[in-house]
Amino acid sequence: MRVAEAWRVALDALRANRMRSLLTMLGVVIGVAAVVALVAIGTGTKQQIERQVEGLGSNLLIVVPGRLEAGAAPTSSPLTLDDADAVSRVVGDRSRVAVTIASGETVRAGSRSGFASMQGVLETTPTVFVRELNRGAYLTRTDVSTGRRVAVLGAGVARTLFGDRDPIGRQITIGGVRFRVIGAFEPLGQSLGVDRDNEVHVPVTAAQRLLGTDRIDGLAIRAPDRDRIDQLGRDVVATLADRHPDTDFSAVTQEQILGVLGDILGVLTGVLAAIAGISLLVGGVGVSNIMLVSVRERTREIGLRKAVGARPRDIGVQFLLEAVLLTTTGGVLGMLLGAGTALLVDGLSPVPAALTWWSMALAFGVSAGVGIIFGVVPAQRAGRLDPVVALRTE
Amino acid sequence: MTTPAIVATGVTRVYQLDGFSVPALRGVSLTVEPGDYLAIVGTSGSGKSTLMHLLGGLDRPTGGTLLIGGRDVAGLTPNELAELRNSTIGFVFQSFHLLARTTAQDNVGLPLVYRGIGRRERRARATAMLDRVGLAHRVTHRPNQLSGGEQQRVAIARALVTGPSLLLADEPTGNLDSATGRSILTLLESLNAEGVAIVLVTHDREVAARADRQILMKDGLIVESVPGTAD
Ligand SMILES: Nc1ncnc2c1ncn2[C@@H]1O[C@H](COP(=O)(O)OP(=O)(O)OP(=O)(O)O)[C@@H](O)[C@H]1O
Ligand SMILES: [Mg+2]
Repeated sequence: MRVAEAWRVALDALRANRMRSLLTMLGVVIGVAAVVALVAIGTGTKQQIERQVEGLGSNLLIVVPGRLEAGAAPTSSPLTLDDADAVSRVVGDRSRVAVTIASGETVRAGSRSGFASMQGVLETTPTVFVRELNRGAYLTRTDVSTGRRVAVLGAGVARTLFGDRDPIGRQITIGGVRFRVIGAFEPLGQSLGVDRDNEVHVPVTAAQRLLGTDRIDGLAIRAPDRDRIDQLGRDVVATLADRHPDTDFSAVTQEQILGVLGDILGVLTGVLAAIAGISLLVGGVGVSNIMLVSVRERTREIGLRKAVGARPRDIGVQFLLEAVLLTTTGGVLGMLLGAGTALLVDGLSPVPAALTWWSMALAFGVSAGVGIIFGVVPAQRAGRLDPVVALRTE
Repeated sequence: MTTPAIVATGVTRVYQLDGFSVPALRGVSLTVEPGDYLAIVGTSGSGKSTLMHLLGGLDRPTGGTLLIGGRDVAGLTPNELAELRNSTIGFVFQSFHLLARTTAQDNVGLPLVYRGIGRRERRARATAMLDRVGLAHRVTHRPNQLSGGEQQRVAIARALVTGPSLLLADEPTGNLDSATGRSILTLLESLNAEGVAIVLVTHDREVAARADRQILMKDGLIVESVPGTAD
């Protein structure tokens, strides 16, 4: 009964000062909204990256020169196609090994042109990675061994150069060199921030001749089964280290990539949420401030309530509830605002956002906690007021 | 044998003001029996309100002993004191002290909140008490929609709603015209006739004369105690 009355009084007090209550809430609203929206964006991005990494194919082992650590300088690759052959022997199956050498090049067809990522690859690429053709055919082993100037276009490149027309059999130039289009990929979208539809696949040998090098950037292996993937990685790295004693090599699996990216994103999301949390704290200070004002304004009311039998705790609870009501209302509004912002960002921008129930629950809990923490001092002060002194206050 | 409502023995109250000691009461001894009707008179600043606050359990004496309903105030916790104010004492303030945004009925029902009584019952009891003080037609009015006399009657109804055995009234007629003041007094006296002990502070000799006993205060002391002259 006393608590019901305390709720009623607290609600009444907030309603009597509607504008002030709203402004006080604003700090909490913004803080909670920022936390919810930022966590949603962080979560959405993480989920998207996970989907993309998994979309590369299963049991993948990616081998690159250099150490795979945050902050490690990129190492120039000493790898050649001979190394790829050596790795194929370790794996025991040439069709499970893919290589790339990539370079950004201008592509042109008639009057249309664009900028694309040329990928010099083996004919094994579609079996190692998940890559679906939309029309035409992929590169053959002969194309690779003879360095034939044929190309398979990403969906975006095909659209840029040919619009709705069928590109198969047409001539294009890559970096000024003529190639014949033999196939086109299904649209794939973004992957790890790279537009996969902007790729042009050509035989690695043709790419090397065009770039005037015999190097490759790295290789990828599809392991026969999950259990052998780590052992295979160690064997491949040992083989390559044997052949190039001056260079470190790293073999990473999808799980490792996901782990590293997840950690980075987790830290980033955490930092952003903490910054947003600071505004929640500032909002809390505002609540504390306004509650002190409220106690002062209602000193006579407090005196009277005590005179007719309110215990210190009754008064304290009343003011604490007022503070908690203030921050939790702000918390709910902030949750709605944050969720709305997240959905808007997800819908209208390329940044993905995914709402999670725990971030909403956390934000609500924190806002209630802020109310308690920042309301307790004013509430105690109100509860301890001397009734006679309080009644005399003007 | 009944316990006296109040027994004060050598009660002092010293206020601290900017490092100075202001003795407002300098040794007051007083007994109020159940059903008493007592008037306190005295010049301004003589300590009447200070004494009333002590008798009402709103304040604690600096020295001496004060028993309210047989319990020593010095030994009571703030919660016990609040409970005492709520259960045995009704206090009527000179300046009414009604909650501004609250109806007459909810003002009157306020003490019942702290007894843990539900709203429906509070309103029923408050309405009955407002009827008792002749305000049955003003139940849902707010203080600013009431006259001074009506506000004072709401305050009296609030003091009575818990059924106290002692009613303390600090200049209950001070702000009212004499006709309204008389009707308030008549109300208090009818309560007294039902057995409620009444202590009232007044500046009005005529009002004081109606009490069973008059107490004259001066400079924080009781200087004279005389039986009333009215019937
Ligand atoms: N909170 C306080 N701090 C300091 N001095 C106080 C305080 N309250 C009262 N006094 C002093 O105590 C003395 C008695 O005050 P009190 O209010 O009891 O007088 P009173 O008899 O009720 O006067 P009045 O008839 O004007 O209401 C006065 O001198 C007053 O200045
Ligand atoms: Mg006074």
